[in-house]
Amino acid sequence: MIELRDVKKAFNQGQHNEYWALSGISLTIEARRVTALRGPSGSGKTTLLTLIGCLARPTSGRVSLHGRDISGLPERFLTEIRRKTFGFVFQQFNLIKGLSAMENVMLPAYPTGRPHRELKQRAEALLDRLRLAHRRDARVEWLSGGEQQRVAIARALINDPEVLIADEPTANLDTALAKEFMAILESFGEEGRTVILTSHDPLVVESAAVNRVVDMRDGLIVEP
Amino acid sequence: MIFQPAIIALLLASVISVAMLLAAAPFAIQIIRHWDIASGSERQLQLERRTYLFSTLAMFVMATQLMALMLFVFNADKMSVMFVGAMCAVGTLNVNAWGFPALIAQMAVFFLAASWLAVNHVDTRAPDYPLVRIKYAALLGLLPAVAAVLWLQLEYFMNLRADVITSCCGSLFSEDTKGLTGDMAALSPVPAMVAFYAAIALAFATAAFHAQTKRGGAAGYAVAATSVAAFVAALTGIIAFVSLYIYEHPHHHCPFCILKPEYDWQGYWLYVPLFAATACGAGAGAVQPFRNVESLRNVIPQVSARLAALAAAGFLIFAVIATVFVARSNLMLIET
Amino acid sequence: MTVWFEKQRHLIDFTLASLIRRKGRNLGLLFVYTLLVFVLASVMLYTHALRHEAAVILEGSPEVLLQRLVAGRHDLIPPGYIERIGTVRGVQQIRGRLWGYYYDSVVKANYTFMVPEDGSVAKGTLVVGPALERERGLARDNGISFRAYSGQLFSFTVAAVLPQASELASADLILMNEGDFRAFFAYPAGHYTDVALSVANPKEVRNVANKLANLLPDSRPILREEVQRTYASVFDWREGIMLALLSAAILAFSILAWEKASGLSADEKREIGILKAIGWETGDVIRMKLWEGGLISLTAFLVGFVAAYLHVFRAGSPLFEPVLKGWAVLYPRFDLVPVIDGLQVATLFFFTVFPYMAAVLVPIWRAAVTDPDAVMRA
Ligand SMILES: Nc1ncnc2c1ncn2[C@@H]1O[C@H](COP(=O)(O)OP(=O)(O)OP(=O)(O)O)[C@@H](O)[C@H]1O
Ligand SMILES: [Mg+2]
Repeated sequence: MIELRDVKKAFNQGQHNEYWALSGISLTIEARRVTALRGPSGSGKTTLLTLIGCLARPTSGRVSLHGRDISGLPERFLTEIRRKTFGFVFQQFNLIKGLSAMENVMLPAYPTGRPHRELKQRAEALLDRLRLAHRRDARVEWLSGGEQQRVAIARALINDPEVLIADEPTANLDTALAKEFMAILESFGEEGRTVILTSHDPLVVESAAVNRVVDMRDGLIVEP
Repeated sequence: MIFQPAIIALLLASVISVAMLLAAAPFAIQIIRHWDIASGSERQLQLERRTYLFSTLAMFVMATQLMALMLFVFNADKMSVMFVGAMCAVGTLNVNAWGFPALIAQMAVFFLAASWLAVNHVDTRAPDYPLVRIKYAALLGLLPAVAAVLWLQLEYFMNLRADVITSCCGSLFSEDTKGLTGDMAALSPVPAMVAFYAAIALAFATAAFHAQTKRGGAAGYAVAATSVAAFVAALTGIIAFVSLYIYEHPHHHCPFCILKPEYDWQGYWLYVPLFAATACGAGAGAVQPFRNVESLRNVIPQVSARLAALAAAGFLIFAVIATVFVARSNLMLIET
Repeated sequence: MTVWFEKQRHLIDFTLASLIRRKGRNLGLLFVYTLLVFVLASVMLYTHALRHEAAVILEGSPEVLLQRLVAGRHDLIPPGYIERIGTVRGVQQIRGRLWGYYYDSVVKANYTFMVPEDGSVAKGTLVVGPALERERGLARDNGISFRAYSGQLFSFTVAAVLPQASELASADLILMNEGDFRAFFAYPAGHYTDVALSVANPKEVRNVANKLANLLPDSRPILREEVQRTYASVFDWREGIMLALLSAAILAFSILAWEKASGLSADEKREIGILKAIGWETGDVIRMKLWEGGLISLTAFLVGFVAAYLHVFRAGSPLFEPVLKGWAVLYPRFDLVPVIDGLQVATLFFFTVFPYMAAVLVPIWRAAVTDPDAVMRA
């Protein structure tokens, strides 16, 4: 489904502090499977996720989605693809303070111009499924860590994406909550969604929910 | 020079527009020189980010010009009390040789900016931004046009002398005047009406047809051509007969007095849809040269059809409003 | 189309919510913005109201006014002039006018005494302006006495009070009978203060004036249209000077707006980063921010304008009456008739909203081009 060929990414290109975070990655990610990226800190996992998730463009190499080359697309089009295809769950959850859980969940759909009523129904259904219906009008900063993460998951699903991308999703959770998260993840796998995540956490990487683990080091993939 | 708030406001608007485009010019040149959509280099990413600024700036300049255009006419009308012989905007604009050129230049800049935005719009719909270089070269071309407006306005306002005796709409738009404006006024009502409705109907039909079929090329150019023709015919019609019905006076042909509060600002109801429709029609033509660009093959027919639909709607609204004004009037020009 | 509207609605919703969330930050700017609109709008409403008053006065004044000059000073029109003016072709109506100033030491103010054209005031009675009504507590049928310049005391009864259509003109006016007037001011019979003429064809006004100047070399014809023009440009000029002085304020405000818009708080930056990461496009963020600017402008404009309206027309513009009126000493106090002019509102818009939007454009763009992947690296 997603194919990367010899993808490289440089930061501060052409300056004295130029840094190649990825130095040639070739990887195929299959649809409807849960793939985990594992590697030491600084190995380029997050950078790779941003390229897969159309948050950034590679400096060189090709990224293709369903066979379509998307590596040269301008931001405007990447955003459109991203909005339709990918949902994101971030390590810090990145919810917007001061807004209710419900509003946070609806945010990614605002630029699509979908009718407000429809959005609200969908958001309610998602919160309900994640057992947050009773907290929908609470401001997000009043929620517990686990609840916040579930709001973030609901937000990632509002546009009904094929692929869910999660960067270190359990780093801010205790064991019980991490297990709960893995259970939710498993249900997505069963639903037929593609999930890509990064983690240091053995609990995640070795869990039964994960179908494939990719090891990384120094911006390269390490073959097992 | 007459020191007056509206004049200062107009000059301020022009100066800011020129300054913005001038500040943007070096970056536009950078884009023209270094643009490379295939590259993922940081410079290219920088340039792409800049394009958002330029679209926003161009939009701002266009909006400014549109509002300045209205303010310019509005102000000319108000200032007419200051000049001997002036009864409305025409008299004020006639005080020196720069008035009408300034007005026309401002209208031209508005239509140019609208066309640029139409081209910009189709370009941003294609993932490879095929028109970037053309677009930014054109943006650089807009700069002298906006600067010309500023210059003409400066000349006009600096040379406004209150002791000049000017001639007003009564003589400019009179049946006896030689020249274009006199000829427009001298048209007898029936042929003028026929030409007016025929041109607008043609523009409407062409635009509606194009909007329906989405067939490109010739039809798109035809929309632009008929829109411009309808614009001219509409102005002629306003001078020849619509204004008479609004004033309920058989010899007052002025296209500016209808903007006056005494006539309930009826002119704005006519001009706003007319200008909008013409801008959309011109836009539909402006994008046609690029219809064979590979990545725009699907985009241009859609966009130009959309623009044509808007133009058709605008002309329809204009015609309906003009008809209502004529029908409501107590003046009888045609024996029945 | 509906998609577009729905999208704008979402953007506005979001903007409103975030404006309310950051009340403190926005209130300062909003206050300064409103203050600027208030000051500029007050200046404009005030000068326009004065201009309007002047126009109303002139509307009723004669097309040509003829004064006689002696040694360059205004003197009485002697008998015989009126007949001679009547011989000039094109003159339609001729009327000798009687008026004069009177200083009332009781309230320390100048009044204008005048004989109305139609001679409608009966002997021994007066019709007084609203300022007199206020200052001397007069009402219908009250008696009042004035000591003439000759030292003699005259008593009158008030027959009516003038309406307040244009106070600037009528505030200090006292209308009286011709006989009373000549007696009070000791005016010789057959003499007039000046002569008012009307001209049959408005296009002939200048010619008639030239002929009059030739016929009566010691007189000075004053044309209404000329006075109108002078007034208009004097008011415009004053307003222009005020605005030029205030342009420093506009500039300062634009810089403040720029600063405010560029100096996003860390919170706001993060917020925009999040929006971009979860699927907002640069254009969406710009649009959202433009809505924000638009809403702020709208609020400031409305509030500032309404406040200025109340200030000028309800409170009597206490803040800059002394600067603008110029001749305020003549009139104890008068109320302006509220008038709003579309051109002025449009001009005001160009002086406030336009610089604001121009100033925030670049900062908005800077904020909007945040990298979408920035939040992943927080
Ligand atoms: N914007 C940037 N500018 C400069 N260097 C960057 C930038 N973003 C990332 N890097 C560098 O790229 C390298 C890879 O970063 P990345 O965040 O992908 O690592 P990671 O594998 O996700 O690490 P961690 O497990 O700590 O999250 C790091 O050395 C980082 O310092
Ligand atoms: Mg990381």
